[in-house]
Amino acid sequence: MSLRISTAPHMHNPLTTQRLMLNVVIALIPTAVVGIYAFGLSAALVLAVSVASAVVSELLWQKIARQPVRINDFSAVLTGLILGLNLPSTAPWWMAMIGSAFAIIIVKQLFGGLGDNFLNPALAARAVLLASWPVHMAASAYVAPTFFQAGVDAVSAATPLSSPGSYTLMQRLLGQIPGTIGEVSKAAILLGFLFLVCTGTISWRIPVVMVGSVYVFTLLIVGGGFESALIATLSGGVLFGAVFMATDYVTSPIRPVAQIIYALLIGLIIVLIRQFGNYPEGVTYGILLMNIATPLIDRFLPQKIYGIQKKEAKKA
Amino acid sequence: MSITEILLFMVSCILTNNFIFSRFLGCCPFLGVSSKVETSVSMGLAVTFVMTIASLFCWLIYNLLLIPLNLTYMSTISFILVIAALVQFVEMFLKKSSPTLYSALGIYLPLITTNCAVLGVATLNMNNAYGLLQSVLNGTFSALGFLLAIVLMAGVRERLESSKIPACMKGFPITLVSAGLMAVAFMGFQGLV
Amino acid sequence: MSEKKSLGKVFFNGIIPENPTFRLVLGTCPTLAVTSSALNGLGMGAAATFVLVCSNIAISLLRKFIPDQVRIPAFIVVICTFVTMVQLLMQAFLPSLYESLGIFIPLIVVNCIILARAEAFASKNGPVLSAADGLGMGIGFTLALTLIGTIRELIGSGSVFGVNLLGASYEPMLLIVLASGGFLTFGLLLGVFNLIVKKIEKKNAAKEAQAA
Repeated sequence: MSLRISTAPHMHNPLTTQRLMLNVVIALIPTAVVGIYAFGLSAALVLAVSVASAVVSELLWQKIARQPVRINDFSAVLTGLILGLNLPSTAPWWMAMIGSAFAIIIVKQLFGGLGDNFLNPALAARAVLLASWPVHMAASAYVAPTFFQAGVDAVSAATPLSSPGSYTLMQRLLGQIPGTIGEVSKAAILLGFLFLVCTGTISWRIPVVMVGSVYVFTLLIVGGGFESALIATLSGGVLFGAVFMATDYVTSPIRPVAQIIYALLIGLIIVLIRQFGNYPEGVTYGILLMNIATPLIDRFLPQKIYGIQKKEAKKA
Repeated sequence: MSITEILLFMVSCILTNNFIFSRFLGCCPFLGVSSKVETSVSMGLAVTFVMTIASLFCWLIYNLLLIPLNLTYMSTISFILVIAALVQFVEMFLKKSSPTLYSALGIYLPLITTNCAVLGVATLNMNNAYGLLQSVLNGTFSALGFLLAIVLMAGVRERLESSKIPACMKGFPITLVSAGLMAVAFMGFQGLV
Repeated sequence: MSEKKSLGKVFFNGIIPENPTFRLVLGTCPTLAVTSSALNGLGMGAAATFVLVCSNIAISLLRKFIPDQVRIPAFIVVICTFVTMVQLLMQAFLPSLYESLGIFIPLIVVNCIILARAEAFASKNGPVLSAADGLGMGIGFTLALTLIGTIRELIGSGSVFGVNLLGASYEPMLLIVLASGGFLTFGLLLGVFNLIVKKIEKKNAAKEAQAA
């Protein structure tokens, strides 16, 4: 009756699930290292707790449900790592623990495990934490990185989103700005992006279109000129979300055209939420909402759009 | 109302104060008739149709009949009768004038009488003292929000059909958990209006 | 139908075997909407029980006079009368509860549990049995709503019936008392119930097999 949407791992892909997951984990290492370097021990603790909690939750679930234990496929490690990188370094340990457990058990395993979840587990968990404990997740929880301001104690600082003029482009690239652990250094994220594209783990399409979409819609809706739009694009979690979360195989569309529409709309929702919504950042919600729409996009787009197919063929 | 106000009102009804994800109105059909995308579209359209005209008629009854006669405590009973009669009438009208639409919406129409979204929107219009135009717009836009929610849910549920969901979670439980997660995502729209 | 039903069996039917919330999954809107605290759940359950018992008795008494073709509208009018009574009574005597339940009090009219019992039971049985059925179903609904309300209030506010149980150091998980928390809690509880029911059925089957 219904179209069966094939979920990861895709059969035609030569890389195994384990290899794909491991590649993403490797690509996240620079980001995690810069995050720990910038925020110190507290960031390391948050990351360690969220990864450990994700792996333990997966192990417990698979034991209790009498399923084969698959923690060595790195998917739980990845979910925990991405969630941890999405938290501020000041996050209490129990929040990271609950978040990872929620991501693994409720968002992933209840729906049938890896490949069957319709939302990105780490992102859904982040949205749940944001709604549950706003005090620990809102802008006031973000501190300026300690390392780059030697001698100054970690202080609460306005995120670069709420005061766009206060940080230079270079500071944003290196990670000298307040933010979640993973989003501060754009350079580290780009390094991960290059690695993922070169190893064939992800296609460039979703990240590039999504970042471009945020840029263009910021220009159109917010205004303020090319440079301020660029700064807005490089602020917050856009880059991190585009490379590591919007590209999740399981929850993003399969066909190239569908991927482009998906990424464009994520960008639009991000800009709308940033400009008009209560939340300062819309990356989480933009990606989650398009995760929800993914089955419909996959279903209603015509199977073949010839113009695009030709271009693809030419490139090849 | 100016065009801008109407647009903002639309965003508020469809996204920010979505009937399903933030007001819990119309949950029974949302959970019951969302297993296939096609049927959910039909259900959503039928609800939109009924909610729009029900908002209109309930406003007229309340403001032109109940208020002058000091019978406002009769609002619930008169609204439900208006809705039941309207649904009957719409059903008969469609059967004669548009058999294709009737066959598409037919079986869902009687269900709509007991859809709390319809009585809910009429009561909300009354409680908020909306004018005629705003009442009708509230009916249409809220119903479009319902349509959006039920179609998104149907897309997700079709996908879940091939999933290895634990036996005890199949059916209602996993649908409710999905709805909960979707509601979390819809929280992103808070403050848009 | 001619078989005599025991009053007790009819009464208990609604509490566990055919619990309207957990077994039949009827009346989901109020179940989700008003269970952000235990008191709201209890209040909603009590209001619905009152309407359920009264409408069951009235419909059972009138069942011989209502023509079959117009029975659904007739049932709705009967139900609506009692809902309006509850509405006015609550407004007068329990104004704060009336405020917090809000629009869901008039919406008891379209609560499918009540119409379903009118159609399936009261229109076919005598007033005493119908009253027992209404009371059982109502209590089953109330218990379910209070249970969900208690769990949500405990996790989402750290208290039960307004009494703080988890202490000042507990940081409540706000999401649970929000809309999405309603869906999540109800869905997970329903899953747990299914699991328990399946376990019991398995045990019973095993016992029967042993007996045989």
